[in-house]
Amino acid sequence: MKRVLAIAGRIGRELLRDKRTLAMVLIMPILVLWLLNIMFSANTTTSVKIATVGVDSQITKTLDKTKHVSVVKYDKKSTANDKLKHYKVDAVLTETSSNHYKVTYANIDPTKTSVAKAALKAAILKGKMTTMAKTSAALQAQLAQLTGQTAQTSTIKSSAGSTTKITNHYNYGDADTNFFSKMIPLMMGFFVFLISGMGMLGERTSGTLDRLLATPVKRGEIVSGYLISYGLLAVVQTIIVVYSAIWIMKIEVVGSVFSIIVINVLLALVALTFGMLLSTLASSEFQMMQFIPIVIVPQLLFSGIIPLDTMASWVQDFGKILPLTYAGDALTEIVMKGTSLANLGGDICALLIFIVVLGSLNILAMKRYRKV
Amino acid sequence: MNPSIDIQHLKKVFGKQVVLEDVNLTVKPGEIVGLIGPSGAGKSTVIKTMLGMEKADGGKALVLDTQMPNRKILGNIGYMAQSDALYESLSAKENLVFYGKMKGVDGQQLTSEIDHVAQVVDLTDDLTKRVSNFSGGMKRRLSLAIALLGDPDLLVLDEPTVGIDPSLRKKIWDELHRLRDAGRSVLVTTHVMDEAELTDRVALLLGGKVLAFDEPKKLEAEYKVPTIEEVFLAAEGELEK
Ligand SMILES: Nc1ncnc2c1ncn2[C@@H]1O[C@H](COP(=O)(O)OP(=O)(O)O)[C@@H](O)[C@H]1O
Ligand SMILES: [Mg+2]
Repeated sequence: MKRVLAIAGRIGRELLRDKRTLAMVLIMPILVLWLLNIMFSANTTTSVKIATVGVDSQITKTLDKTKHVSVVKYDKKSTANDKLKHYKVDAVLTETSSNHYKVTYANIDPTKTSVAKAALKAAILKGKMTTMAKTSAALQAQLAQLTGQTAQTSTIKSSAGSTTKITNHYNYGDADTNFFSKMIPLMMGFFVFLISGMGMLGERTSGTLDRLLATPVKRGEIVSGYLISYGLLAVVQTIIVVYSAIWIMKIEVVGSVFSIIVINVLLALVALTFGMLLSTLASSEFQMMQFIPIVIVPQLLFSGIIPLDTMASWVQDFGKILPLTYAGDALTEIVMKGTSLANLGGDICALLIFIVVLGSLNILAMKRYRKV
Repeated sequence: MNPSIDIQHLKKVFGKQVVLEDVNLTVKPGEIVGLIGPSGAGKSTVIKTMLGMEKADGGKALVLDTQMPNRKILGNIGYMAQSDALYESLSAKENLVFYGKMKGVDGQQLTSEIDHVAQVVDLTDDLTKRVSNFSGGMKRRLSLAIALLGDPDLLVLDEPTVGIDPSLRKKIWDELHRLRDAGRSVLVTTHVMDEAELTDRVALLLGGKVLAFDEPKKLEAEYKVPTIEEVFLAAEGELEK
């Protein structure tokens, strides 16, 4: 254990002195978040088509007048839903009964979803509650709180006494949470993967690994030292990124932020062990860079960021061997439903298995440099 | 007394290249053995295979009465690799402390040993400097200091004096002689032939074999030449015939 701590301490010291890497790990993600946020909210050029079925003409008119929003009326629900399926429209609004609305968003492009959502909110509020001026602020807050949730039913009591109900559905993904539960862990995993891989690679190419292995240190102690030091860095990174995401992107989290951090750190440890393992196959930093697409692309494609329901079953099975699938699933549960860690045993187990297996493979891979 | 190193019929192949064909080598306690040979002869390979960093394709290596590879015995070996293998962003002292801990030296003992080895390699005044600011020679000296940590019974030094100026080189050899007189064993590789004169026995590694292995003076007498360098050339000439 003494040796493990000495190794972890040494790596920590090296990291603290490596300002470039520190910046990459701690500041870059925030920068990326911020840029993404600008991208997501820059909706000046986005135009949204909303299909309506049996909706009060007052509301459709208001909607149509809204900037970047056009309305197409359909008589039948099935036709409208068909258009939605084929991406001809971005959302379908139906009035299920008096003052009860159901909205289904295609949600292919989160920007369009948020534009449509805002427009609908405004139109329905304007049409139905002209006397709401005073309390609209409170309403807005209430609505905002609901935006992140699937099939969330909100009941809004107007001062006039009539009740308006909007039910939101998402054809694909889950509003902003998709970003939070998949993109953020992917991004953080990426940074940890890269720096731990580079760290291990440097240790190997500089000859220090050889020299380290010429002392009685156990191979497992080296891997543990790496896990502890880079793991701590991942914890710091996760805390910074999760809080800034919540703050910059204004993402509503139903569950506990602590649980989110735990899941992200577990994923980071998977990325860390994987980065170290892949670094044994690389002989230069450039070669390490070449692994990035191999690692990132499958996670992007198959972990559920892009909806898999409609894809061949082997594609869905493939998603099961990707750590991001489990982390994403757990994070979605926490963010949207407030599920506690105790009820996410399956996902946590899967991530732990990844860590243990990859960690052991690392210990084994080091046999290349010392036979005992 | 058993030899500190006993290498028998060591064989090592890289792909199709037979680097070591049949290497026999012993180092007795209280003896400095020089392993000499041209660059690429396989000197480093002998050491790495002996220490278990490469897998031998034949033969065996006993180090301190232990069949290698063996992890625990590494604590009693001071190994200095051909590359400096230092952590550049750490200071010299931090490097020494780290490697010391890896060798199992700790606390007060580590502090006093660091003082001693720093003195031997003349780095006492530079201990707090970062290694990235060191010259090549300073790095080599720090690397040697690390090998000396823990007062090991056996020192295995791969080209320890490359890039070190003559006065300090003498100082280092003085220290090696002092260690030998205290009963330690030293295996040192070099391609600087005049250094071979400073060893107790010289092994000539050529063509994957140890062609000659004896005291420098005896080798010179045997080949009827005045220096080890000429012994080496003579042996090389014989090999080509
Ligand atoms: N890991 C390796 N893979 C392939 N060939 C190697 C490896 N290590 C050394 N060699 C080859 O073995 C030969 C001896 O190398 P080395 O032991 O480093 O020589 P020396 O230390 O005497 O200069 C060289 O031809 C070198 O190219
Ligand atoms: Mg060499």
